[in-house]
Amino acid sequence: MDQLIVLLPLLGAIIAGFFGRMIGDKLSMLVTCGLLVISAVLSGFVFFDVGIQGNARTTELFTWIDSGSFEVSWALRVDTLTAVMLVVVTWVSSMVHIYSVGYMSHDKAKPRFFAYLSLFTFFMLMLVTADNFVQMFFGWEGVGLASYLLIGFWYERPSACAAAIKAFLVNRVGDVGFALGICGAFVLFGAAGFDEVFNAVPGMADAEFVAFGIEGHALTIICILLFIGAMGKSAQLGLHTWLPDAMEGPTPVSALIHAATMVTAGVFMVARLSPMFEYAPTALELVTYVGALTAFFAASVGLTQNDIKRVIAYSTCSQLGYMFFAIGVSAYSAAIYHLMTHAFFKALLFLGAGSVIHAMSDEQDMRKMGGTYKLIPMTYILMWIGTLALLGIGIPGTYVGFAGFFSKDIVIEAAFADHSTHGTFAFVVGVTAAAMTAFYSCRLMFMTFHGTPRASKEVMSHVHESPPVMLLPLVFLAIGAVFAGGAMYYFFVGSGMESFWGESLKVLPENNTVEAAHHVPFWVKASPLVAGMLGIGLAWLMYIASPDLPGKLAGALRPLYLFSFNKWYFDELYDRVFVRPARLLGFGLWKGGDGAVIDGLGPDGIAATTRDLSRRASLLQSGYVYHYAFAMLIGVVFLVTWYILSQLG
Amino acid sequence: MTGWPLLSTITFLPLAGALIILLIGRHDDEAVVAKNARYMALWTSFVTFIVSLFLWTGFDRSSADFQFVERVDWIPAFNISYHMGVDGISMMFVLLSTLLTPLCVLASWNAIQNRVKEYMVAFLVLETLMVGMFCALDMVVFYIFFEGVLIPMFLIIGIWGGGRRVYAAFKFFLYTLLGSVLMLLAILAMYFDAGTTDIPTLLAHGFPASMQTWLWLAFFASFAVKIPMWPVHTWLPDAHVEAPTAGSVILAGVLLKMGGYGFLRFSLPMMPEASDFFAPLVFSLSVIAVIYTSLVALAQEDMKKLIAYSSVAHMGFVTIGIFAANQQGIEGAIFQMLSHGVVSAALFLCVGVVYDRLHTRLIARYDGLVERMPAYALVFMVFMLASVGLPGTSGFVGEFLVLVGAFQVNTWVALLAATGMVLGAAYMLYLYRRIIFGKITKDDLKSILDMDWREKAVFAPLIVLVLWMGIYPASFIDVMAPSVERLVENYQVALANSEGPLLAGLWPLR
Repeated sequence: MDQLIVLLPLLGAIIAGFFGRMIGDKLSMLVTCGLLVISAVLSGFVFFDVGIQGNARTTELFTWIDSGSFEVSWALRVDTLTAVMLVVVTWVSSMVHIYSVGYMSHDKAKPRFFAYLSLFTFFMLMLVTADNFVQMFFGWEGVGLASYLLIGFWYERPSACAAAIKAFLVNRVGDVGFALGICGAFVLFGAAGFDEVFNAVPGMADAEFVAFGIEGHALTIICILLFIGAMGKSAQLGLHTWLPDAMEGPTPVSALIHAATMVTAGVFMVARLSPMFEYAPTALELVTYVGALTAFFAASVGLTQNDIKRVIAYSTCSQLGYMFFAIGVSAYSAAIYHLMTHAFFKALLFLGAGSVIHAMSDEQDMRKMGGTYKLIPMTYILMWIGTLALLGIGIPGTYVGFAGFFSKDIVIEAAFADHSTHGTFAFVVGVTAAAMTAFYSCRLMFMTFHGTPRASKEVMSHVHESPPVMLLPLVFLAIGAVFAGGAMYYFFVGSGMESFWGESLKVLPENNTVEAAHHVPFWVKASPLVAGMLGIGLAWLMYIASPDLPGKLAGALRPLYLFSFNKWYFDELYDRVFVRPARLLGFGLWKGGDGAVIDGLGPDGIAATTRDLSRRASLLQSGYVYHYAFAMLIGVVFLVTWYILSQLG
Repeated sequence: MTGWPLLSTITFLPLAGALIILLIGRHDDEAVVAKNARYMALWTSFVTFIVSLFLWTGFDRSSADFQFVERVDWIPAFNISYHMGVDGISMMFVLLSTLLTPLCVLASWNAIQNRVKEYMVAFLVLETLMVGMFCALDMVVFYIFFEGVLIPMFLIIGIWGGGRRVYAAFKFFLYTLLGSVLMLLAILAMYFDAGTTDIPTLLAHGFPASMQTWLWLAFFASFAVKIPMWPVHTWLPDAHVEAPTAGSVILAGVLLKMGGYGFLRFSLPMMPEASDFFAPLVFSLSVIAVIYTSLVALAQEDMKKLIAYSSVAHMGFVTIGIFAANQQGIEGAIFQMLSHGVVSAALFLCVGVVYDRLHTRLIARYDGLVERMPAYALVFMVFMLASVGLPGTSGFVGEFLVLVGAFQVNTWVALLAATGMVLGAAYMLYLYRRIIFGKITKDDLKSILDMDWREKAVFAPLIVLVLWMGIYPASFIDVMAPSVERLVENYQVALANSEGPLLAGLWPLR
């Protein structure tokens, strides 16, 4: 069954990819969607079997790389952590597949699109079922490839091609860290399989080694290297620049890859490696800071963006930051809990946004929307459900609330319950970012659906509700966005937590912040909600009550506004520091290094000298001296010299 | 010597084919001669490949010894014999050579129109020399084959090449010749010290440490040019650009591997102390090669030049792996060489496909090919990804094992080499985007045709290999494992026994 879940999407990708032209659009879509739905249903069974009943297992397929003591196999490891990811990935993916049937109905390359989607799903499943570092890396790079292909799906647009390359390259920077981390783990533990490494970790808890001139705690160094990989894939501060640009891809792609699944791979990876990170407290501290800063940074940028998809993209980036700081305070289960609920409501928001874009004749700029809620009521309601889930609306102290309410609160509470500097920092930043989240989410809703219509009459006359094939997946995701939090609370972070996660997550007894999070004071529990309410109120004031306020405010706080609007100038910085110098350096080394120096002194210089000498030689003799002969001459000279020297020596 | 002399058969079958082409080539009609030459060359190289598969099936994967050994006295007075044999290190290079030659013949089917007979003869002679080089177990035999390879390659570039072919051919010749003169000296010196040119005997000989240094440097001069290492790489881009497609394929596919093979066969086992001493030098040059040539590749405007520079970067990984001198490093290096042999050959063939249609290699002349050539776009994509080292393709396994090997020896080397992962992706994706993606704007591209069945037939085996090597590399690593294991073991023993304070620890980079 595990094999089927993983391989069915691959089969779909192969059929649609290679035989798509032969079997036609309809059949290609039917096959890929059908196989994914089967895979999703099977995942449900596996979740029940592994998660609830506790039958974790590993199926070894065959040897992959076997070089000396470096041995890794293709294997499917299914424990609770994997089972959760299986469900998230296959369910969201099948919904996105079905939605795409409607969304891509006018596209000319449907089989290719569905092949890519299924291929992505396959790689993602390989990633979450890995039982060694290298297979995880396989899935890791594979989803990167699928992401590259899908972002650049409309290859005729230069901006899409540029975004695709950017995504791949920025991810590769992270992957260098990941690859070196794997090397380090192999050097330290002599193995690359998770079980072997995890079993050896406690014995190596104090080991030290030297890497890059730094002599230090080996596990910390390795964990930081691995975390750099996670930062790339999960778009954390510094390596986040690719995610907003990735919105060049079709909207279903953004929902699947850049919201629900691929970008959460970093969170999954660190959770999977919790037995290592638990023994590297410094690395965890770093994770907390990076996560918290990302949550704040992305939310602050989201405040001022005008592209509907980019706002949601920054929101994703910010929510990933929440997950990471949860991990940083050892609240792995809370992070995965938030990952799961986030997958539902963020996919819902993206697909909803897609529905809006579809209705507005491919318009993405919110300044050209507005006043549409009566025309597309279903989309409107579903988007509100997603937004409220993202805001974490619920009644503190009870089991009433949207999915995000439970997961976001436990994340923030765990940060508080850590009672450390970095934990408190994360708590404060988390609450602040919650207010900003509420503001930009409501701003998005108000600008898109309320106020006076700002689109042209022609566009407005075409505004229409999406077909059922697009609405149905939205409804399914909305159900998840409402109920997934409350329904799974007991298992993920409640009292059933320990038997549910079993061996798949490791938390040292002194780090059990999720347990401690249940006993924080009431004001801590209520603060995210209060912050959220403030954000909502402010957004209402600025975009409903007095719509000229934002312009005035932007004028009054111009530097701050520009800083946020230009995304803290990261792109400009990287362009100056990395991209342009690399180009210039490449050109300079080619013309200057290879051309002038090496060739000038080397072959061309020798050739010129030879020509010169041979011309002189030909004055002495009547014959012509070839280059070859000259080289032979050099050889004889060397021979004689060497012989004499060796005799002397 | 028992049984059928398989290695000699594989080695000299192409030569026999070449002779037959010369014999049947006395027809008056030029077209008939060309056609006969093409078919004869194809059949000969194909049969050779089939015969060489017996090496694959008959090879004992548990043994580190030389197998299929043949030995005949040649010049007894100097103790020189015709001695052939393969072990886990060399066997697959023989197969690589015999696989690529028929593909080259196929790829040249329509591209070469003048002097077809001579062209095919040159290729078959080249095959003989390449195979012989990898099989030779006597220094003199090795040297003859090793240097002999230069001649047909020189001719292929110089006669059937592009506009600046003469410059490129001479540059190629000058560079490689300088190195080989020094190597010949070293071989003489070894003969004087050991009294034999028999490679297995020399492997066990144990040269004095002071002599090793000079021997190592002499061999290094030759192999570094062949691989090529920075800064003696500048012949490669020119040679590639001017060579006909098939010439580039053999050059990148097989000839570059001669240097790496030489390091593994001679430098490492015969001069372990010197190898250890000079390893930091090799690491430095390799790391420079990886970063420097990747950056240069980023700036290229000519497709072939770009791929040529990428070859130098990939070979940088190979030399790092070899001199990391541990199991992962060396196996990674060999695997990387095999993978690069397939992938770079395929990439040059990809360039050849569009070159045959438009007769230009300038990147700026192409755009949006995916619209008209979807099959080509897919094939190109596969090899581009393999070149980038995507897991699941052959490129990943070698590159990753080299990193694992290097990390154990020197973390800085691993880190700097790993930047090649990013830069490599940068120039390949950038190339792909400029050629394949975008809109077709140029008029002559609007009617360009996708690959025909002959071209697809050339790529099919290479795609299978790339995926096979990526998904189940065990079938290749198993072949080399015993030999590499013994090599590493002997290397470590030799180092442990050396008196080496003189040689050790001069490079505090670690």
